[in-house]
Amino acid sequence: MAKVLVVTSGKGGVGKTTSSAALGTALAQTGQRVVVVDFDVGLRNLDLVMGAERRVVFDLINVVQGEAKLVQALIRDKRLDNLSLLPASQTRDKEALTEEGVGKVIEELREKFDWIVCDSPAGIERGATLAMRYADLAVVVANPEVSSVRDSDRIIGLLDSKTFKAERGEPLEKYLLLTRYDAARAERNEMLAVEDVLEILSIPLLGIIPESEEILKASNVGTPVTLNNPSCAPARAYQEAARRLNGEMVSVSVPREKKGGFLGKLFGRRAA
Amino acid sequence: MSLFDFFKRPTTSAPVARERLQILLAHERAVIGRSDLIAILREEILAVIAKHVTMEPEKVNVKMERGDTVSTLEVEVEVPTSATASSKKKVEAALSAG
Repeated sequence: MAKVLVVTSGKGGVGKTTSSAALGTALAQTGQRVVVVDFDVGLRNLDLVMGAERRVVFDLINVVQGEAKLVQALIRDKRLDNLSLLPASQTRDKEALTEEGVGKVIEELREKFDWIVCDSPAGIERGATLAMRYADLAVVVANPEVSSVRDSDRIIGLLDSKTFKAERGEPLEKYLLLTRYDAARAERNEMLAVEDVLEILSIPLLGIIPESEEILKASNVGTPVTLNNPSCAPARAYQEAARRLNGEMVSVSVPREKKGGFLGKLFGRRAA
Repeated sequence: MSLFDFFKRPTTSAPVARERLQILLAHERAVIGRSDLIAILREEILAVIAKHVTMEPEKVNVKMERGDTVSTLEVEVEVPTSATASSKKKVEAALSAG
């Protein structure tokens, strides 16, 4: 049965789109049919991160409003033919997204795919609540940083109250994906550690994605990191996370980049 | 800064972050709640009153004001004349912050 997964965070810039692309791709690499849906109307970027920006003809809003058929708007990945992208509109207003319309699109996608990965916009407004509305499970992306953790807590509250599953009284599976993690800094008590964030948010851990220059390299060339360099630390972390989503029991390791002379620079570049 | 400070390990910031978050979120969860407290209160108060008198849902107004030591919860219910003898009844309740 198809599963609808929302990738959300509240705060912007923590890695929702990167994680949606990487998780979606990693799931597709296990042979399942995956579609990644961009809900960030007006500020679409998933197409760019996945390297499909020049192939967008129709988008989610065209489909919701009946101006295009779903198959016309779906973009099949050139590297993995069981991976598709449904882009967001760049020009239209997000008010054009209706709950009913989104519901219809999700229903149609459920018939074609095993995984429907919804890349949520930042914030707690309409776009974000619509992206989570039909979710069967949620991945909350957070950085080990106070504002991100606070916003994640808020989003968890919304997941527990605004989703269909929650309204029906069914438990919604929620997982934490900790991104931009620097194990060395956490060890020196300069950064919130995994245990701290888990204790504060009290949801199970899906994975720890290390701070890595591979992430930028991958988005520069428009190839999700799990395809661009499958053996690098963040790619392996995303692959493990995807296996956990598939129900495999994989213990979460704290990934480390191989120590190199450039690591010092990497530390200095961390987001505030 | 004394000379000894120079030899001390630099103070770490992560424990501060953790403590600040724990305090803040304990507060925010209580106020905003894991769900919308005011909306729930409004709905449940409405349900209780609607059991006894017929009334319009929009005529229930729930307000919460937070103070340093005491928070006030104000519930205003407008009951139509046909439902009861008096034209308008106000119910006010005070809730101390916990």
